[in-house]
Amino acid sequence: MSEHTHTIVGPKVYVSILFALLAGTALTVWASFVDLGVWNPVIALAIATTKAMLVVLYFMHVRYSTKLTKLAIAAGIFLLLTLISMTLADYVSRAWGSW
Amino acid sequence: MENSPAVAELRADRPSYLRHHFQSVEQQADASNFAMWLFLLTELMFFGGLFTAYLIYRNWYFAAFVAGSHQLNVIWGTLNTVVLILSSFTMAMGVWCAETARKSGLVLCLILTFILGLCFLGIKSVEYTEKFEKHHVPGQHYSLSSFLYPDTDEAATAAGDKPLPLDMARHTEVYFSLYFAMTGMHALHMIIGIGILVFMIVRARAGAYTVGHVTFVENFGLYWHFVDIVWIYLFALLYLISRH
Repeated sequence: MSEHTHTIVGPKVYVSILFALLAGTALTVWASFVDLGVWNPVIALAIATTKAMLVVLYFMHVRYSTKLTKLAIAAGIFLLLTLISMTLADYVSRAWGSW
Repeated sequence: MENSPAVAELRADRPSYLRHHFQSVEQQADASNFAMWLFLLTELMFFGGLFTAYLIYRNWYFAAFVAGSHQLNVIWGTLNTVVLILSSFTMAMGVWCAETARKSGLVLCLILTFILGLCFLGIKSVEYTEKFEKHHVPGQHYSLSSFLYPDTDEAATAAGDKPLPLDMARHTEVYFSLYFAMTGMHALHMIIGIGILVFMIVRARAGAYTVGHVTFVENFGLYWHFVDIVWIYLFALLYLISRH
């Protein structure tokens, strides 16, 4: 940890991220009114995840954080996705063949 | 030992806010940043449980969840998303002001964040009021009429809803239970954040955070951005994916 120096993220980056987030919001609202069948939720979640990643990397400075912080966040997200997918796998397969 | 020249020398270049168990300001900042992230990960797990419940029930009672979602107003939801993104931006700018020792800039950013936070809650309360008026709040007075007779309901007509069978219509109550649980927990986080913002505005006006010790502002920024991220997903899942 001791070799890590504090990076200050400046207004230029913040303004670009702000406009990217506003553009993402406009895009996702527009896409939600287009009938894309099963792809509507996929696209909405993909745009939301892109926006969330921009917030995490730049507003929350994770891009400039220590490896320890990056590893902890990655582990946390991996655990969440594991829990969600295992729970869904259980619900999907529990009544297998009885519908 | 306490008064030896060696100890005095060690203390000489230590700022007052550097706790004795840390070697350097960087180490202290990294440690508290890491700890804040651990807390946010527990928050992630907490909201993750609600999101998982929503996913499962949406798959089970799909028609009810689509009809329930049509009762939400996309314009209010979009406006609130914009308000929250702007507040994240002003908070990020506040952290920058603290890091670069701009006292009046920091106070201004914190006040703007505070106002935008209140705007979000104001819009949310307008939406909640409509839910109460239409008896879409789960409980004894819950009304199914928007879902059994969509012709009588403006939002349902606009979305082109077909009448739901009674057993499916009853499950719209599950949608609104999750809607209030998720947006309510999110709003609670906003209220707590706004309370801390007031505390920070008072402290910042007195000159805190702009003399090198910015950990509190930075960690609060992380919390505020996390709450923003939760809303980004809530907006997509509650308002958008059943719209087309």
